[in-house]
Amino acid sequence: MTKRIIAARFLASILTVAAALMIASPNLQANADQPAAPADVKIDNFAFGPQSLTVKAGTTVTWTNRDDIPHTVVSSDGVFKSKARDTDETFSYKFEKAGTYSYFCSLHPKMTGQVVVQ
Amino acid sequence: MRNDKQDLSDQKMQDLNNDGIDGRGFLKCMAWAGTGLVWTFSGGVPVSRAFARGLNHVANSSGELSFVQISDSHMGFNKPANPDVAATLQAAVDKINALKVQPEFLLHTGDISQLSKPEQFDTVNQILKGASAKDVFFVPGEHDVLDDNGQLFLERYRKNAKGAGWHSFDHKGVHFIGLVNVLNLKAGGFGSLGQEQLKWIADDVQHLKSSTPIVVFAHVPLWTVYPEWGWGTDDSAQALAYLKKFGSVTVLNGHIHQTMQKVEGKVTFHTACSTAFPQPQPGKADSPGPMKVPADQLRSVLGITDVNYAQNHHSLAIVDSNLA
Repeated sequence: MTKRIIAARFLASILTVAAALMIASPNLQANADQPAAPADVKIDNFAFGPQSLTVKAGTTVTWTNRDDIPHTVVSSDGVFKSKARDTDETFSYKFEKAGTYSYFCSLHPKMTGQVVVQ
Repeated sequence: MRNDKQDLSDQKMQDLNNDGIDGRGFLKCMAWAGTGLVWTFSGGVPVSRAFARGLNHVANSSGELSFVQISDSHMGFNKPANPDVAATLQAAVDKINALKVQPEFLLHTGDISQLSKPEQFDTVNQILKGASAKDVFFVPGEHDVLDDNGQLFLERYRKNAKGAGWHSFDHKGVHFIGLVNVLNLKAGGFGSLGQEQLKWIADDVQHLKSSTPIVVFAHVPLWTVYPEWGWGTDDSAQALAYLKKFGSVTVLNGHIHQTMQKVEGKVTFHTACSTAFPQPQPGKADSPGPMKVPADQLRSVLGITDVNYAQNHHSLAIVDSNLA
């Protein structure tokens, strides 16, 4: 093997390691204003899934209705309230403050869930 | 599967096994293609017998007062369980118009619309105009009070109503009470009447003689059919306590999209089929949503409820028939 190829391979492996480090540690690229990744709740079979979702403050949670029947997403403490969402319609809410937010479907109040914001 | 929490206290119910009804009086619309079941409540003992439509063996079923309950038309629903709910509502109207004894009015126990939209209410009104009975009394289901706490429903059906639209009226000596139990629902709870409405019920019946037959109609069942699916009303016990003095109380509900009957002392509870789509029996599915059946069976699991009072005999007959 020539010295040129050895050098190229060495350089490639250095770059691979560096890339791997960057992928593994995204915070190295992130700045303080990077928004939190969105989070999803599916409404299916008259249940919220996951029933308990934990997210960082600043996260927008999106509920999607997969049932053949409309549902709503209503905070038990009056913090948020969706309109009726029919099949495939969505409702989103951005959770700015830490806390535990209980909610339910106001049409089928046995359906309950919570979002834990850290 | 049986919900053992049901409190069926009337032990005088006949053995009904031969009719295809289980001991708790659970009726299946599917079993009744071409026939109806007459429940006669006479002297405190419910008696049932099947009858072939048109022959009318029951002598006093052509009573002095006759009305029909329909429920859960869900106008605007268009998913696989029924892509054409307008057609099946029309079939219900045709069935009403073919009854041997024509009803004097209709009761609609709610979920008139699927999404509380004006055009959905319009379509139902239009189709019901074809019924022989011109008067229709409505109570809302949870689908009729979306987003606006029931304002559109009230403007349309209960102008000048008290509170959320509860009301009562008298007809041929029978006192009818329409209740609203689909507003202000609490997380984890069932249907709810609320204190203001409960107080109104107490006042409404206070001066009535105990011999007055009472018919209560409301969307969500006023007894606990299946708590896991929210099929019950949190505060119905209080409402029923105000009706304790009466010799005959009939409670007509919808919401569960299947017929079910329970007798507790002098109170007969009955739920109607939907005219739109069936729902599973308690515990037989993951959730109480629309249940798809083969297309040629759909009309056999939808239905209407015909009620006849034979006042001289102090008896009432509740007849469920499907749309097949």
